[in-house]
This record gives sequence, structure tokens and C-alpha cells, in this order.
Amino acid sequence: MIWQIEIVILIIVIILAIGALSVKDLLGAAILFGAYSFMMCLLWAIMGAVDVAFTEASVGAGVSTVLFVAAVFRTSRRTED
Amino acid sequence: MDALFNILISRANYWVYIVLMMIGLYGIIAKKNLVKKIIGMNILQTAVILFYISIGAKKNATIPIIEHGHDTAHSAATATLYINPLPHVLMLTAIVVAVATLGVALTLVIKIHQQYHTLEENEILEKIREK
Amino acid sequence: MKIGGLILVVILGSVLIYGSLEFPPWGDPVSPASSHLSPYYIETSVEDTSVPNLVTAVLADYRGYDTMFETIVIFTAGIGCIFLLRIFRKEETGTRLYRHIATGITLRIEKGGKFPETSAAFERIDSVWVPHDLIVKTTCRLIVPFIQIFGLYVIAHGHHSPGGGFQGGVILGAAMILYAVAFNLRSAIQRMGERLTVMLSTLGVFIYAGTGVLCMLLGFNYLDYSALASLLGVDPVTAHSHGILIVEIGVGIAVMAVMVTLYYNLASAGKHDEGL
Repeated sequence: MIWQIEIVILIIVIILAIGALSVKDLLGAAILFGAYSFMMCLLWAIMGAVDVAFTEASVGAGVSTVLFVAAVFRTSRRTED
Repeated sequence: MDALFNILISRANYWVYIVLMMIGLYGIIAKKNLVKKIIGMNILQTAVILFYISIGAKKNATIPIIEHGHDTAHSAATATLYINPLPHVLMLTAIVVAVATLGVALTLVIKIHQQYHTLEENEILEKIREK
Repeated sequence: MKIGGLILVVILGSVLIYGSLEFPPWGDPVSPASSHLSPYYIETSVEDTSVPNLVTAVLADYRGYDTMFETIVIFTAGIGCIFLLRIFRKEETGTRLYRHIATGITLRIEKGGKFPETSAAFERIDSVWVPHDLIVKTTCRLIVPFIQIFGLYVIAHGHHSPGGGFQGGVILGAAMILYAVAFNLRSAIQRMGERLTVMLSTLGVFIYAGTGVLCMLLGFNYLDYSALASLLGVDPVTAHSHGILIVEIGVGIAVMAVMVTLYYNLASAGKHDEGL
């Protein structure tokens, strides 16, 4: 639990979360969400929760991003919001 | 003032987790696009899971896998050497439920788009009112 | 709406921050969360279950009932996705695209045109198509078996390392999704069809619930793995370890089938004809 790494990853996580909610391209939002999931996985691995980090790496940065990209592919890609 | 500064430093990371939860909640309430709402829901879920995992962390303790030596007799492990495993168990179930709700939510988004040809909430409400 | 949302979020956030001032300091070994119940689990779960990974032991043995319902939740998500999205009637053939394998020429058959259903020299491609890419296809074909072996390893080694049924099941499902993305959806459905995925997900739930019923039939409580000691011929502590392995296999099978089902239905919007 080295607090310097934790602070850096927390700042990256907050920037990615705000970014995933503000970009106007839904495919970019899905990819930013995949990056956010992976940074969360690193954070939990630093805190010692290795099982939870493994699950989040396989689910969040793997399957969940693919499902988002598939759903964006079948609906529209741009949004004005 | 010194006590306040102490409190600020030792609990600052709880505040960061709360900020992350509020970002997710803002995404659910205030965004009009349905996919952005789903992203906000997932950010809220992972932030809550992060909060629970941080409760179980301990200083100078190792991961909750008991090291067994080369002898077959497992000695009793002292509890302060290992991180609390109970929040990890509950959060595993929470991640599974999160991915299940993500699957069903994206299914509903595709169905709504097939019916109304748009994903913005205000346009969908207008089309419902016109019918 | 945005201003109202912002005000609500700020108020709620400040209430939560005010509540967090009462928390114990971060990483405290004598915090209330770590001093009442968890020392019991850390100290005695190895002699109860002989599984060194505490998270797997608590998840599949002490809280096995929760994990069974979690498996049922993910099974319900897969079934719900099929019911909401799947279109079963065969629609009339519209514009189809075919590619000649040897030379790479693509043909477009319009609506009403005739083309033989199966043909050795032509392959059917999606309407959003890319030129034939040898590198992606060969790499995927080489690497999918290794991903599957790693997924099986993660399920089986969940007792001693981080892992377990759910993680291994997701990795196995991701291998199938990789195959479906690198090739096209139709060839993936030929390898693992819809009927097989639904049957596998029910099989996973049945393995989990069936282990509990088996323990009940042998005279013990539901999901009390000591009942398997007489069946497997080991002492009750090792029977706990084997019982955990059996239910993890059940969870892994169910999760793999549901991930594949979710991808098939989302990528093709229910029609199962062409995907990403």
C-alpha cells in the first residue's frame, strides 16, 4: 500500500470517470470506461484484494467493454449530450 | 486547527471515494443519453465496491491467502498478518451482479433504439407523447 | 435538470463526507470491521476446509448459499437477454455479400437474386466487411486454445491462488468472444450454437444446486460438504475442499455460457446473422 502510487492512480481514475461521462462520441466513452475499469483493478490489487482485482480485470476490462462496443455498434454513435 | 489537519489527512481517501460515487450519481441523474446513464451506473457501482475494499485494508498485512510451508500441519495463522477477507467475498458477488445488470441494460437500450430510433431521453419522451 | 442534479449531488456528497469523519483511520488493524468476525475466518478456515485461499473458502463454503443465488442471477440475466431481444422468425433474404476465397473478389447479390446456400469456393461475409486478413485470423486461431487452457487453470487452481469459478468462466467466455470477433459471428455460432449455450448455463446452475441436494439426500444440511466424505472416500475436511471445487466448476460453466449468450444477442441485435 504505497501511498504515492495510490494517489496517482486515484487522480487518473477520477479524470477517466469524468472523461467517460463527457465525451460526445459513444465509442470513445466505452473505451474510456474500459480504461477506468482497468485502473480500478490496479487500485484494488494495490490494496491487497487480489481476487476482486482479478475479477474486475477479466469482467470490466474484457467482457464489459466488448458488450458496450457491441451495443454502440447496433445503435447510434454520436450524441450531443 | 492541528486536529482538523490530522483528520483531513487521515481520511482524505474516503473523500476521494465519495467524490467518485457522486460523479457516477451525477451521470445517472443529469445525462440525457441512455448509454451515458449506464456508464454512470457502472461508475457508481465500482466506486461503492472500492469503498468497501478500502474498509478491509490493513497496514503491514498481506493478501488473504494463507502461506502453507512445506510441512503438512497448518499452524494457526494470526489474524493481524492477513487482510480482512470478508469484504472481498461480498464484493465478488457485487461485481457479478453489476455485469448481469449491464447485460440486461444494454439489451433494453438496443430494444429502445429499435423502437424509437434515438437514444436521447427528451426525444424519446416527445415521441411517446405524440403517439 | 443539470443544475438540479448538481445541487443534489453536492448536498449528498457533503452529507456523506460529514459521515466519514467518524470512520476509523485507514488501514487500522483494530477497526471494528477487522476485529469482530474476520479473525475467526482467518484463523480457522484452513482447518475447517483445507483451502488456503480464504476468499474462495468463504465464498463457496461458508457463504455458499449466496454464491448459488449469484449464479442464478447471472443465469437469469442471460435468459432475460434472450427473451427481450431474440427474433426467431427467419426474415426474407435481402442483400447478401459473398467473397471468392481464392481471389478475394466480392459479389453482391441483391434482393430476389439466387445463390446456392453452401458453396466451397465462396464464403458469406457481413455487410460491414473488411478485406480478408490473414494475420488476425491466424493469430486468433493460435491463441484461443491457450486462453481456454488458462481459463481452466484459473478454475481449478482457485484453492491456492487468486481465481475461482467466476474468473475462469469469464476467461473461457472471452476466448469464445475473441473467436467470434476475429472470424465472423456465423462461424462462431456454428461452433457453439444457441441451444448449447442455454443448456450449458442450466447445467451449471444444476451442478451447484444439485450438490446441495445431494448433501441433503445423504442426511446432512443443504450445501454441507461433509456429506460428500462418504461418497468420495476422504475425511470430512478434504471433502469440503472437493465440494468447493465441484461448485466452482458449476459456476464456471454457467458464467461462460451466459457471457457467450450475451455477446451473441447484443452484437447481432437478436438476429444471429452478422455481428461486430
